[in-house]
Amino acid sequence: MNLVEALAALLIFPGLLYAVPMGWLMLGTERKLRSRFQGRIGPPLTQPFYDFVKLAAKWPLPRALSERALLAFFPLLSTGAIIGATALLPVFRGESGFAGDIILLVGLLEIPPVCMVLAGYASRSIYGEVGANREAAVDISCNIAFFTALIAMAASANSLRTTAIAFATPWQVRLPAVLAILICLPVKLRLNPFSISNAEQEVLAGPLVEADGRLLALWDLSEALEWVTLIGFVVTIGVPSRSGEWWIDAFIFVACSIGLVLLLTLVASGTARLKLRQATRLLWRCSFGLAVISLCAAFLVRGN
Amino acid sequence: MKHYGFLYRLVERAREHSAFLFHFNAGACNGCDIELISCLTPRYDVEQYGIKLEGSPRHADVFVVSGPITRATRGPLEVVYRQLPDPKVVVAIGSCPATGNVFCGSPMIEGPLDQIIPVDIYVPGCPPRPMAIVEGIAAAIHKLAGRHSAASGEQR
Repeated sequence: MNLVEALAALLIFPGLLYAVPMGWLMLGTERKLRSRFQGRIGPPLTQPFYDFVKLAAKWPLPRALSERALLAFFPLLSTGAIIGATALLPVFRGESGFAGDIILLVGLLEIPPVCMVLAGYASRSIYGEVGANREAAVDISCNIAFFTALIAMAASANSLRTTAIAFATPWQVRLPAVLAILICLPVKLRLNPFSISNAEQEVLAGPLVEADGRLLALWDLSEALEWVTLIGFVVTIGVPSRSGEWWIDAFIFVACSIGLVLLLTLVASGTARLKLRQATRLLWRCSFGLAVISLCAAFLVRGN
Repeated sequence: MKHYGFLYRLVERAREHSAFLFHFNAGACNGCDIELISCLTPRYDVEQYGIKLEGSPRHADVFVVSGPITRATRGPLEVVYRQLPDPKVVVAIGSCPATGNVFCGSPMIEGPLDQIIPVDIYVPGCPPRPMAIVEGIAAAIHKLAGRHSAASGEQR
């Protein structure tokens, strides 16, 4: 990966220029579709953009400098990390990546939830603390399955490059591993059956309860980018074929991402929120079970 | 009349299309609260105008108050009003926060609301109909959109 390619991936596709509008479009699609499922008209697709502009134009609250710096640090770090993760997605065939980039990618994907937990504790609000607690608990239980599935794929592809994992994993490992990661997806996006940390009827806004104006705008931007990156990650490792034509690859990537948004919205509208205990049990039974199956398949494929 | 540039107009447009509500019950009988909640239902569906009910006052732009301000709720009301970031608007739902309604003259109430915090829009009625509430909130959003500085109408 040379400098020009890296900068293009970071700033244009699938980085900043693509990810920010796409993130807003995904959030808008989710809200619109959920409204339609509930028999309402719902907000326009541009709603997340209007929300962002309005929040960014709010005047900051008078706060102590140390508190302001701490509260601004977490959403900035979260947004920056998730943009970096987006740039590492192997959308095209020619991308070689570098050895061990899957570790960097997964590490960057993990920064937003950690930031959210820390921001919840830093807010010194009881709702923020309870939300952070829930976020940490549910994130750890989904990450065990997430990492096990990724380890299975990396072991069967015999590489730590994202491109090699995306192209070289045999289907008997890929199928259960991608299913396990798919179950983890609504947990990481805090969507309905697992919207435990930001349950508005129970803990108000969860860890973001003290975030005002610009901070909330940054958190919303980070969430939009998280949608693009996590969904894009599942698409890139779940769809192994690349045509070699850049525009066909890009089109398949975008179309599969939108398809996954529809699936997630359908699940989110059709289910009620689980309790923390029910959610962790479900994750351990289904997601971790599938991940273990994929790990066993990986060792069988390797033949040791 | 000051002329505003592109970014200001963008912000105005965004504010007119997006409003986060925070609802404060200052001793209301729940009549107005039920009518406010019914605005969110499929029949009235205020989310199509970008209006959303928020749980935290830190996220909100529109402060919706119902009920005559009782002694117990006056302190929390002032605290929560200060927690909303500027620019913000206050909407008084129902006759109680506007005049005290049937509780007028009672030693137990501290209202009407405009003696405690500045009120932008009154929606009279006991309780007001949901369409009246939607209209009141729309008027409040319109009032909020043009506030670019403390001089352009912001009340502190």
